[in-house]
Formats: sequence, C-alpha cells, structure tokens
Amino acid sequence: MFRLEARSSTPAWFNLALPLIAIVATLILCSGLIAVAGANIVEAYGVMLSASLGDSYAITETLVRAAPMIFTGLAVAIAFRAKFWNIGAEGQLLAGAVASCFVGAIPMPGYLAMLLMAVAGAAAGALVALVPATLRIKFKVDDVVSSLLLNSVIYYALMALIEGPWKDSFSGYPISPPIEDSANFPVLIEGTRLHLGVIVALIAAPLCWFLIARTTLGFRIRVTGENPEAARYGGINVQRVLISTALLSGALAGLAGAGEVGGVHFQVMSDISPGYGYSGIVVAMLARLNPLGVVPAAVFLAAVMTGAEAMSRATGVPAFLSDVIQGTALLAMLVALLFTAYRVRRVGASA
Amino acid sequence: MSAPLIEMRGITKSFGAVKANEAVDLSVAPGEILGLLGENGAGKTTLMNVLFGAYAPDAGDILVEGKPVAIRNSADALAAGIGMVHQHFHLAPRLTVLENLLIGIPGKSGRIDRAGGLARLAEIGRQHGLSLDPNLPVSALSVGEQQRLEIMKALFRGAKLLILDEPTAVLAPSEVDGLFAALRSMAGQGLGIIFISHKLNEVRALTHRCVVLRHGKVAGRVDDPANTTSAAMAELMCGHEIVPPTKAASAPGASVLTLDRISTAGHAGTPLRDVSLFVRSGEILGIAGVSGNGQRALADVISGMLPPRAGTMTITGKTVTQFAPRELQALGLGRIPEDRMTTGLVTNLPLADSMVLPRIGTKAFSRKGLLNPAAIRAFAEEQIKAYDIRCPGPMVRAGALSGGNLQKALLARELAFDPKVLIVSQPTRGLDIGAARFIHEKFLAMRAKGCGIIVIGEDLEELLMLSDRIAVMYEGRIAGTLSGAEATVAKLGLMMTGAGHTEKAA
Repeated sequence: MFRLEARSSTPAWFNLALPLIAIVATLILCSGLIAVAGANIVEAYGVMLSASLGDSYAITETLVRAAPMIFTGLAVAIAFRAKFWNIGAEGQLLAGAVASCFVGAIPMPGYLAMLLMAVAGAAAGALVALVPATLRIKFKVDDVVSSLLLNSVIYYALMALIEGPWKDSFSGYPISPPIEDSANFPVLIEGTRLHLGVIVALIAAPLCWFLIARTTLGFRIRVTGENPEAARYGGINVQRVLISTALLSGALAGLAGAGEVGGVHFQVMSDISPGYGYSGIVVAMLARLNPLGVVPAAVFLAAVMTGAEAMSRATGVPAFLSDVIQGTALLAMLVALLFTAYRVRRVGASA
Repeated sequence: MSAPLIEMRGITKSFGAVKANEAVDLSVAPGEILGLLGENGAGKTTLMNVLFGAYAPDAGDILVEGKPVAIRNSADALAAGIGMVHQHFHLAPRLTVLENLLIGIPGKSGRIDRAGGLARLAEIGRQHGLSLDPNLPVSALSVGEQQRLEIMKALFRGAKLLILDEPTAVLAPSEVDGLFAALRSMAGQGLGIIFISHKLNEVRALTHRCVVLRHGKVAGRVDDPANTTSAAMAELMCGHEIVPPTKAASAPGASVLTLDRISTAGHAGTPLRDVSLFVRSGEILGIAGVSGNGQRALADVISGMLPPRAGTMTITGKTVTQFAPRELQALGLGRIPEDRMTTGLVTNLPLADSMVLPRIGTKAFSRKGLLNPAAIRAFAEEQIKAYDIRCPGPMVRAGALSGGNLQKALLARELAFDPKVLIVSQPTRGLDIGAARFIHEKFLAMRAKGCGIIVIGEDLEELLMLSDRIAVMYEGRIAGTLSGAEATVAKLGLMMTGAGHTEKAA
C-alpha cells in the first residue's frame, strides 16, 4: 500500500527534475503507440530527434516553431501567476495576426512597418484578453469559460474576414492579401527561416522573468494570484492588477500572431496557428509558470512537432503522434506537480 | 475507576530529526474528560493524529478497552469508536445537516438511507441533547452550530471517545458555555473526551484530569485541575514561571484616531450604526462584544477595507477621504488583521514577501517600480532577529511557520514603521501563553511610546489586562464604555448582552 503525505517544503531541484521526469514518462507512454503502429521505437524517436535538432538547419526550423509558443507560453505563465485563467491565447494570437497583417499591408518604410506590426499585434491581443478580465471583474463571469469560448468567436470572425471582405482578390483563395515585402521580418541566417521575431521571443522570456521577479508589478501579480484577500488588505488594487495582467498576457499572445505573419506566413489564413495558443498552456505548465523555463519547454514541443513529420515519412507512424505527445506531456506534468505538495509513503508493509 | 476506554502506551513519533512525541502515555476512562495541554509545537496535535490514524507511530501501542488495535487511517479510528473534531471543520457547505451526517455511511441498496439517518439523529438528540434542523444547509449554520454538527457526526458513527482540538478557539463566550454543558452531559453518559486547549481557565473549569506535554514528552499530570492554579499549570507547560507584564500608569495624550458617527452598509455581518469613539496617544482602547456584533465592520472601516456609508474618521488630526489601506498607512495607521492566514499573509510565498507586502511600493523596498531584493531580505532578516521569529530564514514559505511566529511577523511588519495608531483584532487567538505574553509586552511597549492602540477581542481577561478603557459593542453600536478601573468581567458580560446600557460616548 502506498499513500500520499503532505510535504512541508519542496526541494529546489524539483523545479528542474519534475518537467524532465514528465517528459521521459510521456515518451515512454507514447512509445506504446509507436509500437502499435508497427515501427521500431528507438528508430522512430531517433528520426524525431535528428530531424528536429540533428543539424543546424533543423535547429533553426525548430526555433522558428518554438517562437510563437514561447510568446503564448509566456502569456499563459504570467496570467496563471495572477490566477487569471487565460485559456484564450489562441484567440489573442489570431487577433494579433489579423491586426499586424492589416498594418503590414500599408506601404511604409520597412522598420517602421515591423515596429507598428508588433505594436498592433500586441494591442489587438491585449484588447481581446481584456474581455474575459472585465467580465470577471464586473460580472464575476468565469474566466476559463469566457476566454476559451472567445477563441471560437475570434477564429470564425477571422474566417468570415478572409472568406469575405478581406479575401485576397489576386489569388482568389480564402487568405488575406500579403503584407508589403519591406515589412517581412529580416532573416538572420541565409538559407533558413530564422527570422527577427525568434530573437525577440528569446529576449522576451528573460524580460518577463525580470518583470515577475524584480518589479513591483510582478510582486503584485504574484501576491494577487496567491492570496487576493491578503493583497487587498495590503493595499494592492487587485482589480487593477488583474487588468494589467490580462493586458500583458494578451499582448504577448498577440506578438505570437505578429511574428507568424511577419516572419513565416506574410499573410493571414485559416490555419495560421496549429493551436499554438493551446500549446502555450502545455509550455507554461511544463515551465512551472517560470518565464525562463518557457524557452526550453517551447523548444521541446517545437522539436516534437518538427520531428513528428519526419518520423511519419520515415517510419509510417502518423504525425498526429505529436499531438498525443503534447497532451500526454501536459497530463504527466500535472501528475508530477502532485509531488511538489505530497510525498509517496509506503505504509502497511510491516504492520 | 473502570478499565480505560483508550490507552496510549509509549507513543513515539519523529519527523526527520524532530521528535514530535517521545514515550507518551495517556489514558481516558469512560465518562472522563481529559485535558491535553501544551504550548504550540509541544506535540498535542501529533499525538491526536496518531490516535486518529493520520500518522503511524514509530513506537508504542494503542489499546481500546484493553485490547491492542492497529489504527492505520481514520476509518480504523472510527471503527474503534474514536471520533475527532478538528479545529478546521470538515463539512460540505452546500449539503444539508443530514446529508453531511450521512457522508461515508453505507446506504441501502445504493440509495441514501434518509429515514434511518433521521431516526439516528433523533436518538442522538435524546441521548445527548444535541439537535439541529436536518434540512438546513451547512452554509446557513453559525460556527458554533457547525461545531455541534461535527460532534454529532462523531456520535453518529458511534464514537465512544471524542477528541476536540481547541474547540473554543472559534467560539464566542456564550457559545463556550453551551459547548461545555453538552460535553459534560456526554461524559455523564459514559463517553470519554479529550479536550485540547491553551486556555487554562477553560481546562480548569471543564476537565477531570490533565496531561501536560512539553517538547513532545509528558511534562506533568494534573489530577485535580479545578483546584490547581493556572500559574502552576502554565509553569508545567512552559517549563518556567510566567510573570504577567507590568503595566505603567496611563498618561494619555491627544486623540490620534476619532470615529464620528460612522455607519456602514453592504457588508457581511452586522453593519455599524452611528459608532463614535476615539483613542488617545499612549492609550489602549479595548473593544469587547460577542462576536458578530459589528466588530468585523469596525475593524474593516478602520483598516481601510470598507468605506463607511456615513460619518467621518480622523487620524492624527487628518480626515480620511479614501478609506483605502494605502492612504491609512500613510497617515500612520498600523493594522493586524483577525485572520492571519487568509488576510494577513501569503502562505505560498516567502515570508519576506508577506513582511513587506503593505509597503512594497514605498522607497524602503522599491524604486521606480523595481524591487530592491536586498533591502527586502535585510528587512525581513532584521525583524526575524528582533522578534525572535522561529523559522529557517526569510525565504521560507510563510505557511510553514506556526501561528505564534506568524503573528510575530505581522506585528513586526507594522511596528517597524512606528505607527501612531494600531488596530488589532483577536491578537492572541490560538497562541500559547509564551507567544501571547510576547505580543502583550509589545503592545504595552508601543503604548509607552505614545501609540494609540485599539484591541478588538473576545477574551475579556486579556482586554481587562491590557486596556485603559473598554468599549462594548452590541448590535453594531457602542453599548457603553468603561474605564479600566471600573470594568469587570461581570459588568462587561452584562453590557455584551445588551442589558445595562450606559449612555456615554466612547
């Protein structure tokens, strides 16, 4: 018999060990599916690894995929710190993509265009995140539900736009007109897709860490999330903190959208995000809501996504495995988090 | 005396290097009320958790009616006839009284046995004089009624021994009398009762015998609590004599806080109605009253959590306009909330964070929105040393500290900024004698320094000891004010029930 006993403190190395254990557990669990698909497990994971991190080109591809998930991961991590349950990073990303694409299509000097695209993307994302935050503060509407449902609203509004008034008249497909060439984010390494937005994402993570750990706003976010009652008693305007958090979170998710438009797709289409907003939740949880942990967590998921396609071609295992890995990783991490609060004790063996 | 109902022999339980219990012997006879005394951390709760099956002892035996039993979990304990009423209740607020009683009771062919439950409930009512409306939801019950339900739950499951962990900490004085009457009647029916408490006068009034724990070991046994002095028992608990603090003659100065005809609305609990009071520099004003007579609203108004509907408040001569915590703090108000864990501290964050929380935006701890981690740490370390807060360091989770140390931390965070006025609610609730004495001494030291202090409390003896004047609240009003010299427990008690008004402004 085993049983759980509450822990009085959590050792520091748990922060690093738990995500790693969760990932290993995920890969072991998913190897069963590979076996069922009739492939060699070691070979399948080997192809996955080499195709995502095996050479410098593969690494740049993985980083390009990781960038939007770094932004959405940061968005979710900061929101969850304040216990603002923002499940709406997907919709905020899409809104950011639409706004930045709209700005990027206006002729103007390239650097100004890129800057304004980022600003527009962030503003649009922030505005969308403001909706569930306001509903929660004013009408006590559950933010999980409202932010989640808003994703569908934004997605279908985007579809309506590109199927209708915003349809690219040149190609006739349901895609938006492309942004100006001068507004395309510069590529950092010739022959790859590694664009400026990736660097911005990598810089955003330590900035977010600094904000949470070293600023009074970060302090207020942490305290409000852990105990709003004590925060209010301590003179913190809890509602204002929630609004600030929502704006910040939405802006980060919006930047993910701006990065995809400016650096990868140069226009908006219906599948501009393969669920990067939802992946952000997995990333944030794997990172234990620490902005610095968001980068490796996002890179891991990106590697799984890039690697899964190559694995599928080489071994015949369906590429959907990457979605399974993502979902399993989230569940494994949630289970692993149990061990931060409890320890497993063997009982009754001797009695 | 008949064979013991429960006997614990040589119980030892360690957590890492700490021996929480060491070779503890204890027994309860049918019909006996045993007091279990000890300071915070003396091992009382650990011992009872061993008895109730939450922890497995490292060594020692538990005998029920002379037969050794293995108690591995609460189900084993219940089967052995042991029931426990925890300090924090374990009730489902949205379910009714009857439904709560039936939780965990097997039904009849998959259906809840309501009729059987009602019959059993009536039986308990007849036997022990305990009753509640079975169809009321728990959320509609008062704290005292919820406690009664917890006791009924234990009896419902056939408990022969009832463990009560500091049952009076949450009760108003009038409810305590009711509880004691019920416990005496249950003991009269042959039930054994273990009563855990800090409050020596309660232990002396209620129990037949006492076991005193110190540092996990039995420090002494008291066979005749009613005729043993509190001082003697306190000495057993602490291991040294307890000297009451000396209080200097009062020399009040000008008023530092004045409430003028304050009324409130839209607040959970009793609103304030036309409350006027003042406290002068170098003076302690006690606020007595049965809980729920507006004390909560009074504390919330003064500490800036609840803007009043009418009336004015002045602090050190300045009229308060915003009624926000930050404004009041800036005017020189220090505040210690009634509930340390939910209102005072952030249990999941480092202790240092809680200690700087109300002043995080000030120059002491941040500049232009950037925190000064070194200053925050240094402040916390300094206060930990100055107030002898027992903890591994400023970065430890606040929730890991004991109640007494948390209260010291809250005191430190306010007193470090030399408040002109201090408002505190239930300052020593749940604290042991040593910690309570420390807090009292700090209040008296602040009084000597010219601080005006308002102490809201239910412990009349504490209020009488500290206060220069005592105002009594009744139904949201000040029912009267007595000077420290003329106030007695009897007079205050009378005023607390609304009788014997003295029409005098506070």
